[in-house]
Amino acid sequence: MSLYNFLYLSSIIFTLGVIGVLVRRNVLIVLMSIELMLNAVNLNLIVFSKLWGNVVGQVFTVFVITVAAAETAVGLAIVVAIYRHKDTVNIDEVNILKW
Amino acid sequence: MAEYLWLIPTLPFIGFLINGLGGLLYKRITKKTFNRYFVSLVACGLVFISLILSTMAFVQLANMPENHKYIEQKCFNWVAAGDITTTGYYDRIPSETKQFNVEWTYFFDPLSAVMALVVCGVGFLIHVFAIGYMWDDTGFYRFFSYLNLFMFAMLTLVLSNNFIMMFLGWEGVGFCSYALIGYYFHKKSASDAGKKAFIVNRVGDYGFSVGMFLLFVTFGTFNFKELGEIIGKLPVEAHFGILSAIGILLFIGATGKSAQIPLYVWLPDAMEGPTPVSALIHAATMVTAGVYMITRSSFLYTRTHLSLEIVGFFGVMTALYAAIMGFFQRDIKKVLAYSTISQLGYMFTALGVAAFSAGIMHLMTHAFFKALLFLGAGSIITQMHHEQDMQKMGNLRKYMPITFWTMAAAYLAICGIPPFSGFFSKDEILWQAFARGHKFFYVIGLIAAIFTAFYMTRLMILTFFGKERIDPNVKEHLKESPAVMTIPLIILGILATVGGFVGLPAWLGENRFEKWLEPVFEHNYNNPVFAMHHYSHGFEMMMAGVSILAALLGFSVALYLYGKKGIVPDDEKNWGKLWKVIYNKFYVDELYDALFVNRAKDLGNALSAFDLAVIDGGVNGTAATTRGTATASSWFDKYVVDGLVNLQAWIVQTSSGILRRIQTGVIHNYALAVILGIVILSCLYIFR
Repeated sequence: MSLYNFLYLSSIIFTLGVIGVLVRRNVLIVLMSIELMLNAVNLNLIVFSKLWGNVVGQVFTVFVITVAAAETAVGLAIVVAIYRHKDTVNIDEVNILKW
Repeated sequence: MAEYLWLIPTLPFIGFLINGLGGLLYKRITKKTFNRYFVSLVACGLVFISLILSTMAFVQLANMPENHKYIEQKCFNWVAAGDITTTGYYDRIPSETKQFNVEWTYFFDPLSAVMALVVCGVGFLIHVFAIGYMWDDTGFYRFFSYLNLFMFAMLTLVLSNNFIMMFLGWEGVGFCSYALIGYYFHKKSASDAGKKAFIVNRVGDYGFSVGMFLLFVTFGTFNFKELGEIIGKLPVEAHFGILSAIGILLFIGATGKSAQIPLYVWLPDAMEGPTPVSALIHAATMVTAGVYMITRSSFLYTRTHLSLEIVGFFGVMTALYAAIMGFFQRDIKKVLAYSTISQLGYMFTALGVAAFSAGIMHLMTHAFFKALLFLGAGSIITQMHHEQDMQKMGNLRKYMPITFWTMAAAYLAICGIPPFSGFFSKDEILWQAFARGHKFFYVIGLIAAIFTAFYMTRLMILTFFGKERIDPNVKEHLKESPAVMTIPLIILGILATVGGFVGLPAWLGENRFEKWLEPVFEHNYNNPVFAMHHYSHGFEMMMAGVSILAALLGFSVALYLYGKKGIVPDDEKNWGKLWKVIYNKFYVDELYDALFVNRAKDLGNALSAFDLAVIDGGVNGTAATTRGTATASSWFDKYVVDGLVNLQAWIVQTSSGILRRIQTGVIHNYALAVILGIVILSCLYIFR
């Protein structure tokens, strides 16, 4: 059981996250997909920490988790603000910045 | 006296200013015309003073020695231009460089004295006569101002000492002639006649000018005395040379002014002017300017046989030709006009045989009797309420005795009957022509004398004798003219009777007139041309008798034709075709019209058409071109320059129109763009 399998796993999870961002209409699902991408990157970083034998990857992972949390808070705040205006969580309908 | 010479011409000029400018201003300001007594006093008085001054100068001149018989007064330097290089006269006189200098100097020698006395004297009498003649005319002041201006110009002409100053007077009298002929300018025929006189005169003046310039270019001076000294030393020109050319050109000027063939056509038409004008200008003074000019230039003419022959030939042919045209005219003034042309022809004949003093003497006697004839005609015309047709006169001697007797004296003078003045001068001319070898001139002159007697007798008979054909309305008031008109007639009558005694021919006594004029012709005696052959006094007396017989022949023919009691012959019926040609003046006027006048008008029309089409077309074309370029320029500005600016905007607009479609507002598109960017960059990073 090599470590490379975890790399394949993290790339598959990342790809799924990307597809989710691009395809899903519900803004909460998009935010969750973004979380998914971030976590896939975390997994990748842990694997490389084990591979290089130092803790740099793990330290970086802690940073990423922190930033993700903060960013999720902000993102959800924006979603709540939008919902109060547009009364929908369908991001296809949030296109005021259209030309 | 030398200090007062300038007054002689200047006083009439002052009279012109007072009467002319003053009268004009007075009329503008007060709407009335000048007081006629004032105008008459100014005009006649100033001429009288000039006459007195001329007489005083004459007396002084008579007491001067023969070799210095002239008075000169230099007034100022008139024209001073730069240096001129003359061409010199063949190999006799070399070319040299001189200063162009023309002085305004009055010159009084025996010839000028004769002319000045004739002009002032006869002029004064005519001024007095004109007071009566023009009394009822509204332009009284204007008439006398022009008359005074004429006197100024004529006196400048005869008192000048160089050609240019003489030319000024020459042109001045031409202008005054125009002004006075066209005096009744409301009448188209009068204004046309004035124009004709001036233009025909001008043609002659062209010849005069060219001759004058040629003279200057050859010899370098205009002064008569200097030219006399220079040319007097030259030999006689055998063939056609510069002197002959100058002589002929100057003579062309004389034909214009003195009405010889071919430039005489203005003088009959000039009878449109008032009769005192005809008397003064076209009988006594202006038309004699040509004779005077040639006499002044005698030093030139005696050096060339050719020009003298031409002068004499034209003169004698004119004398004959004009006499023929006087045969059948019905207007009394027209007969006198042709008579003037004919008598001027006699004067030129005299000049043409180098008998200069005889020509000048005939000038003087002609002034007396022709002025008298014209003034007499004027007296008749006034009393006949301006009727001039002789067919409507007859037996006037019953009503106007003074006019009749004075005109009779002039008639006898012009026919050449002794002891009247005309006999002496005309006989002298014919004798000089014969004695100097010009038999042809003598014969033609004699025939002209016969004709002269004929038409003058016809005039006298039709006017003063015979059946009365006067209009009844006119006959009621017909009486003699007032004293202001008859006294000049009487004075002139006396002059016409006794004036010839100063020039007695050799077989009767001494010719004092010729002696008086001798100093003037001092340069002619080096090389006498046309020397006199010697004949006995008896032969000369016989020739005089021949000329008297000629006059009697003409008289008797006219008496036979026109003297039948109670019958006035109808010339038109009697002479048929001949009458038609002569009455219409040989159709010369029509010929000139066709050859010159209408051609000049055509040229004028052609030039005016050219001016309208080409020159105005060019100007308009320039404007059109400017407008065209302006239109093109504005088009360029509107479509190209503004177009470029608009193109910029259009580019920005169109490209932005395309590019803004990127902003769809759909979040998925933005996310896709980010992901694609990452993929491409990472591919580039991995495979580079």
